Amino acid sequence: MTALYRTEQLTRRYVDSGREVLAVDRVELSLAEGGRLGIVGESGSGKSTLVRLLAGLDRPSSGKIWFKGTEIAALPERRLGFLRGCVQMVFQDPRSSLNPRMKVGDIITEPLRSPLVRRQTGDLLDRRTRLVQVLAAVGLPADSGDRYPHEFSGGQRQRIAIARALAPKPEVLIADEPVSALDVSVRAQVLNLLSDLVVQEGLSLIMVSHDLLVVRYLCDQLVVMKSGQIVEQGRTEQVYANPSSEYTKALLAAIPRIPEH
Amino acid sequence: MSLLEVRDLTVRFGRRQIVAVDGLSLSLAKGGRLGVIGESGSGKTVTALAVLGLLPANAVVSGSIELAGRPITSLNEAGLAKLRGNVVSMVFQEPMTALDPTMRVGRQVAEVLRLHTSAAPGKAREQVVAMLNEVGLPDPGRVAMSYPHQLSGGQRQRVVMAMALINAPDLVICDEPTTALDVTVQAKVLAKLDQVLNLSGAACLFISHDLAVVSQVCEQVMVMLDGKVVETGTVADLFNRPQHPYTKGLVATSRLDQMVPGQRLPVVEDFYHPDAERVGR
Repeated sequence: MTALYRTEQLTRRYVDSGREVLAVDRVELSLAEGGRLGIVGESGSGKSTLVRLLAGLDRPSSGKIWFKGTEIAALPERRLGFLRGCVQMVFQDPRSSLNPRMKVGDIITEPLRSPLVRRQTGDLLDRRTRLVQVLAAVGLPADSGDRYPHEFSGGQRQRIAIARALAPKPEVLIADEPVSALDVSVRAQVLNLLSDLVVQEGLSLIMVSHDLLVVRYLCDQLVVMKSGQIVEQGRTEQVYANPSSEYTKALLAAIPRIPEH
Repeated sequence: MSLLEVRDLTVRFGRRQIVAVDGLSLSLAKGGRLGVIGESGSGKTVTALAVLGLLPANAVVSGSIELAGRPITSLNEAGLAKLRGNVVSMVFQEPMTALDPTMRVGRQVAEVLRLHTSAAPGKAREQVVAMLNEVGLPDPGRVAMSYPHQLSGGQRQRVVMAMALINAPDLVICDEPTTALDVTVQAKVLAKLDQVLNLSGAACLFISHDLAVVSQVCEQVMVMLDGKVVETGTVADLFNRPQHPYTKGLVATSRLDQMVPGQRLPVVEDFYHPDAERVGR
């Protein structure tokens, strides 16, 4: 069986005022269809760059990415249409990822207006029906479409961002720190929602976080990154219970825990 | 006598007189620490701003706030300016916006010092570097000469801590000081904060939405909901014997480490149902 995603020696180099920075350094990973992959690391570890490469939002300096057997790193933009519909992203802060001047309904159905995506879904998705479907799927009231993002709380705005990602019926959902801008009390709601959606919609999930606990809850596979390189990878439960690298141990030790009494 | 005494504080905003803080009372002893938890919009930050006398002009305040024996609510701007940075100081959530991007951080820390003491410029520099060293910044001399953008998030937050602590205030208010930071950096900043507070003996009002974070610094915790205090107690009390249904919900959601992956996480609504009038619900 071909993997959904496979990377080989994936590298992304930036030049910052004459100095070369290796944001992603020879990363090799694979994700099976229906898999749930968590990527953890500190800021600057290259985790966001890695998922941007996987989503085709950025191009690698060298190395290869296969998505469903097609090598996407070398494809020109106009031939990436199939990827745009299949792979959708949810970003960290819904205050900045939603256009404040657009109505929620327009935000959510915007992906469906893209000709690249329409070619994939074959115009089968009626925008109005799809809006009702995804609003219900993320647990927002059916009349939300006529309102603006500022009328919603942080957790609800993240639901809107998730609804937008679901609209074109993607196969892969990439979530970059989806709960780190949210209150702890709202975090549980959004994690439950993501967990349900992965099952209901049959999604594969790639989630980036600096919090190992969040990843442990949602993902069965784990990649730990540091300075652009993978320092540890494996099944989440195994890495969580029995981390082999010092860096993973430090990440685990840093999680604030309420003292036991 | 307590250092901070807030009685029946109510803050309303705007023409519609929206109540942000509703009849809040608290008292904090010299050197005491109090954690304030609650979700966004619960009035935590407004309470902190009221203590600093920093509320915007459209706020209507009633009740009394006494800090080190001085009535904050009736002081004029000049009187407040003498207190801020000297008797009471604040560590904000986002260090990038709390610092001036066009000014070397050493000068910014020195500014606080020179406003309240008559330290000569040369002497001020010595004190600033010593303070930066105390908050755990390696190579403090170099850090003092850096601009905010040249520092990492954790370093910037330490600089803000240094600014808050340099005049040895009686009270330090921390408003979500680590929310913008990574877990690893957060752990270090919290440990340092705990240490410098111990060293200086300053009291601390620590605001956060995360019970686990508050428990790293404070023993005593106050839970806020819709501008009201719903429960006060030690971290251990809140954990083992939460009284209010909202607190029960908060405690349940904060235990992500004890959840079985894939199982449904408990949410606050399992325990507590707010009025149905909230937007979208």
